Amino acid sequence: MGDGIDTDLLAPGAYMSGSLDTLSSHCLEALRPDFASAVRPGDIILAGASFGIGSSREQAAEALKHLGIRAIIARSLGGIFQRNALNLGLPAIACPALDLDGVDEFTSTDVDIAAGSLTIGRRQFATEALPDFLLAMIADGGMLAHLSSQHAAGTTGVKGDVT
Amino acid sequence: MQTIVEKILSRASGAAAVKAGDYLTCSVDLAMVHDSSGPRRLAPKLAELDMRLQDPDKLAVITDHYVPAHDDASRAIQQITRDWVAAEGVSNYFPEIGICHVVLPEQGLVQPGMLVVGGDSHSPTGGAFGAYMFGVGATDMAAVATTGQTWLKVPRTHLVDLQGELGAQTFAKDIILALCGAHGMDMAGYEALEFAGPAVSAMPMRARMTLCNMSAELGAQAGVIAPDDMTAEWLASRAPDRVRLDDQPDSYWASDAGSHDGRHFSLDLDTLVPQAAAPHSPANAAAITDHDDAAFSVAYIGACTGAKLDDLRAAAGILKRRKTASSIRLLVAPASRADQDQATCEGVMGILEDAGATVLPTACGMCAGYGPNRLAADDVCISSTARNFRGRMGAPGSRVWLASPASVAAAAVTGRLTDPRGMGN
Repeated sequence: MGDGIDTDLLAPGAYMSGSLDTLSSHCLEALRPDFASAVRPGDIILAGASFGIGSSREQAAEALKHLGIRAIIARSLGGIFQRNALNLGLPAIACPALDLDGVDEFTSTDVDIAAGSLTIGRRQFATEALPDFLLAMIADGGMLAHLSSQHAAGTTGVKGDVT
Repeated sequence: MQTIVEKILSRASGAAAVKAGDYLTCSVDLAMVHDSSGPRRLAPKLAELDMRLQDPDKLAVITDHYVPAHDDASRAIQQITRDWVAAEGVSNYFPEIGICHVVLPEQGLVQPGMLVVGGDSHSPTGGAFGAYMFGVGATDMAAVATTGQTWLKVPRTHLVDLQGELGAQTFAKDIILALCGAHGMDMAGYEALEFAGPAVSAMPMRARMTLCNMSAELGAQAGVIAPDDMTAEWLASRAPDRVRLDDQPDSYWASDAGSHDGRHFSLDLDTLVPQAAAPHSPANAAAITDHDDAAFSVAYIGACTGAKLDDLRAAAGILKRRKTASSIRLLVAPASRADQDQATCEGVMGILEDAGATVLPTACGMCAGYGPNRLAADDVCISSTARNFRGRMGAPGSRVWLASPASVAAAAVTGRLTDPRGMGN
């Protein structure tokens, strides 16, 4: 995808009062009407600059997760969108050097967020390094699961650093 | 030597010194949600965590998105909101009196030095009062609501130095649009902006709110303005009994000389002229006189960005003794009930209505496209709101231009993109 994929495209306002299922079916439809039906569980989104700019609506990330998107790698990300995605356990990672020349929907892609490495075909790109507490939160499946596990372990604090 | 942002985050985290790049756990002084981001989203997450509100007095619930309710889904959202605030004992509940970013400071709840989160991306508006306020989604908000904390990566503070004076029919909105046009929507890289300089000192609070509001469109996590006498005056009339944070005088919450660790942007307002942003991005901003001609079917004066009291006055300054063009509908949704009441007393609302404006309920209205008033596929709108992304205000085919309320009013008179200079009454 190109630059500036915003939250109004990802989670259109007209469907914000309805169910996640309905909202997700309209995800990105203004750009690509078949997006929701074309994506497959495990797909990775590769995008240009400013992916997810705009609103704080968490449903923008939630819709992508609901459609089975495994990760979003973009040259840069809207800051609130990135927090929202990570909080849902959906890796959304910046890769400033990402070059999408010659890449199409069928190019095999993999990402190792802990190692900070993205593989597209035979090319490798360095991705943004996330701090350990965010990697742990993603591994737990998101902020809520992370908080519950902190709670069970007797620590508190959103980063899990207050005992 | 610290910036205002570092001082606020030091206090909130309890760390003696913080520097850009540090990850902090911070205590949150106040959280704000609206009807879309609030109870309907928080309640299931609190249930999943099996936790209650950490402190109901540190949450403000302000309904504005689905106001007034217009269908079964929006009626249900308002009912969930009413039931939940009653059950949780939330006393700072402000239903249907205006847009959250305007109501929160009207209530005197945002104060210098505070760390505040809001369940809306235009939350940086609160930075106009010397707070660090940023937007978060529902899961972050659930964590704040249950733990009283959030995490932050300490941002660099970029200085936006505003020199000179705003000229005729040129406003805070034009400043932000000019910055968007020059530097794009990632200007701040999700770090902090501090607006400073003689033009900021001279600026009334609502104009400062517009600057901080649209730091979101400049890609900032937050925009801040150091408090001064004007801030104190605003707070004295709205929160006369407030207790200063840590007994610090308001003047403590200011950047030490030479402390800015980010980029330095400057704008000479003496040469700034009215701006407009073409569809579909605020970054498509340029001087109105540099754009090609454009004709509009709708002129919208609304939103936290562009329908506060000063914005309504500016529009009336253009529309006094004038009529809107027959080719255009002028719609006005005041940003708060208090601003609308004051505008009514001053005759401002009467001028707008005499010119042909239809007054819509005080709420987010068309800005986010959540309600019944939406643009049609063939509509071209000029709007005083913050964002003109494709389809945001209605059909994907609709086109939205952004401008100041005065420039929107000027376009309502002519039906076309119009420089408002020379049209002042």
